[in-house]
Amino acid sequence: MGLKPVNAVIIGAGAGGGIVAKQLAEAGLSVVLLERGRWYSPFDCRKDDLRNQRTSALGNGFGPDDERNPRVTVDLQGRERVARASGPGYQNNAACVGGGTFSYGAMAWRYMEKDFRMRTTYGHIAGSTLADWPISYQDLEPYYEKAEWEIGVSGDVSGDPFHAPRRKPLPMPPLPPNREYEILHPAAKRLGLHPFDIPMLRNSVSYNGRPACMRCRWCVGFACEVDAKCGTHNTVIPKALATKNCELRTECVVKEIRTNGRGRVTGVAYFDADNRLHVQDADLVVVSCGAIESPRLLLNSRSKLFPNGLGNRHDWVGRNLQGHTYTGAFGLMPTPIYDDLGPGAGIAICDYNHGNPGLAGGAMLANEFIRLPYQFIGMVPAGVPRWGQAHKDFMRSAYLRAIAIQGPTQEMPVFDSRVQADPVVKDFWGIPVARLSGGKHPHTIEISTVMAGKAEAWLKEAGAVQTWRKLSGPGLSAGQHQAGTCRMGDDPTTSVVNRYCQVHDVDNLFVIDASVHVTNGGFNPVLTIMANAYRASDHLVKTWKGRGLA
Amino acid sequence: MRRRTFLAAGVAASTVACSRQGSWRFFSVDEARTVETICAQIIPEDRDAGATTAGVVAFLDKQLSGFYKPLRKTYRTGIAAIDRKSVQLAGKKFADLPAGSQLDLLKRVEKDPEIKPFFSLLVEHCMQGFYGDPRHGGNRDRVSWRMLGVPYPPVRGRLRYDLTNPAKSEKPWG
Repeated sequence: MGLKPVNAVIIGAGAGGGIVAKQLAEAGLSVVLLERGRWYSPFDCRKDDLRNQRTSALGNGFGPDDERNPRVTVDLQGRERVARASGPGYQNNAACVGGGTFSYGAMAWRYMEKDFRMRTTYGHIAGSTLADWPISYQDLEPYYEKAEWEIGVSGDVSGDPFHAPRRKPLPMPPLPPNREYEILHPAAKRLGLHPFDIPMLRNSVSYNGRPACMRCRWCVGFACEVDAKCGTHNTVIPKALATKNCELRTECVVKEIRTNGRGRVTGVAYFDADNRLHVQDADLVVVSCGAIESPRLLLNSRSKLFPNGLGNRHDWVGRNLQGHTYTGAFGLMPTPIYDDLGPGAGIAICDYNHGNPGLAGGAMLANEFIRLPYQFIGMVPAGVPRWGQAHKDFMRSAYLRAIAIQGPTQEMPVFDSRVQADPVVKDFWGIPVARLSGGKHPHTIEISTVMAGKAEAWLKEAGAVQTWRKLSGPGLSAGQHQAGTCRMGDDPTTSVVNRYCQVHDVDNLFVIDASVHVTNGGFNPVLTIMANAYRASDHLVKTWKGRGLA
Repeated sequence: MRRRTFLAAGVAASTVACSRQGSWRFFSVDEARTVETICAQIIPEDRDAGATTAGVVAFLDKQLSGFYKPLRKTYRTGIAAIDRKSVQLAGKKFADLPAGSQLDLLKRVEKDPEIKPFFSLLVEHCMQGFYGDPRHGGNRDRVSWRMLGVPYPPVRGRLRYDLTNPAKSEKPWG
């Protein structure tokens, strides 16, 4: 309705969309970046222990809100439930400028070479759609480097003999070790393991015009008060806006992607902050809404030519929803070791990512971020009741003595773990909501159980007087590491986008976020999302010819 | 002396009257009493403060008028159900039972399908009111954080960081 057509509309200002916006704007394309959430700044850091992206007892700190954004979940028994955004089962990431990168813990992992060749490495796994990526680690390597230097990563992976080949070191040194690190490092060495400093998208020294981490305990789940965490909100998005080629429109909810009679995308229809419907025409559309909202939008964009939604000719949109199966162990040291030195997580091992006998993969293991008191209440060993004197006694004696080690087990993708557009429930704007169903592959649980045992052994070696494991149930996992729902592949019948993140049968429509991950590595996925966004943008810009693609 | 005793008694009586007569946002006087008594079993007082001293009921009352508003009915019927069970099994309303019997009763009814969902919810909320930030209405004077030994102030990094000149804080932890 009177909006000036642009070259590109990008939907979602998170890890993927923020980078695409900058790359396209710098190449001279006119860009509109639509974000459904708000635009927060470091001054919006409320350090609210019950309302943040990690602990949402009193709501999500950085979106979406409970009132307008329900989802439907279907459990393994087939029971349907309407989930609110801050409630269990919702699989929330975030809704704000920067997306998850605004408040994340910020681990900055490169996947390993084998993570892109899971099928070749481990063969067929019954009941899983495990496959190789159509691209290799080598294809992504230059872009990993670009993400590390442009967004900003501190750490030191030189102690990790398993890391894939890299040309440049990380741009910033690691933060000095905390007490947990000092205890866990020699213990890992004694076990013959290879501990090293976790790469983090966090300034350890002044970098990119922003200061160093002040090491408070309010890290994962919170905005950084001193702006030392590096996300797309304080790096690439401001750069995109500085080109004057990019306009950021916040609190805009896209209803559908519009197509014409020739099967090409013409733009989007969206509701603005005042709930008015607009049509924004564009030469191309990039979907970067995360692995739940991206497929939801494609499935909700139906037309005569695309009766089952965009990119969904072969029923692959929304399939293979995965995240990470987090398991690990807790250990109690004989004396208090809590030193209040954030972010807490600092040491990791990659000894168990691959090469575990009989297992198709594994996980990186790391010590956990600082646990605020309320987060600790559920971390009790078997035998300690959930309430009463014994629970209080445990909290009092354990809080300052506990160390947690855990890791993200790489999941075996399951075709029936999926996102659909719900046939009944609609959101505040009348758009069908995401319907989540399915569960984990049994082998994922098997691997994650072994990983928990490895974590426990490390804690025992470190001198823990009591240890207990944290295992995983069979239910669906997606959450902040959600991935896999618009698979990248060379065969249009078994994937949604090609190796350049272009939807197979719609050449001016792209999906650039974790949805395209074929498998999700045994690592936090964000640096891979970023690297792939740089890579896909590079190709897009190279093939851009005025008002279309070559 | 007699006058002073009389005055003290008068003050005590009026304090009780003020804080107990309809002063809650959501709870009735009886409901607040029942909930406070249950929470006192969930996180008992000992050498450190428990749910009562931490003001967990104030947290619940505040949140039931805010974020937990949709749970008002759950609370109303849940509290009534526990009192009903209590009369059924022990002949008295929950708050009128001796402390030892209260614990026994909760252990008996905690798995009762009628009580279980509400009781689990109350345990969770009680923990929030006790271990959560005082800003939410509970954890009065940070009693739980002092019990755990969580260092104060809660943003220790600031002590070593010049917020007016971050460049000078190149290595604030150094």
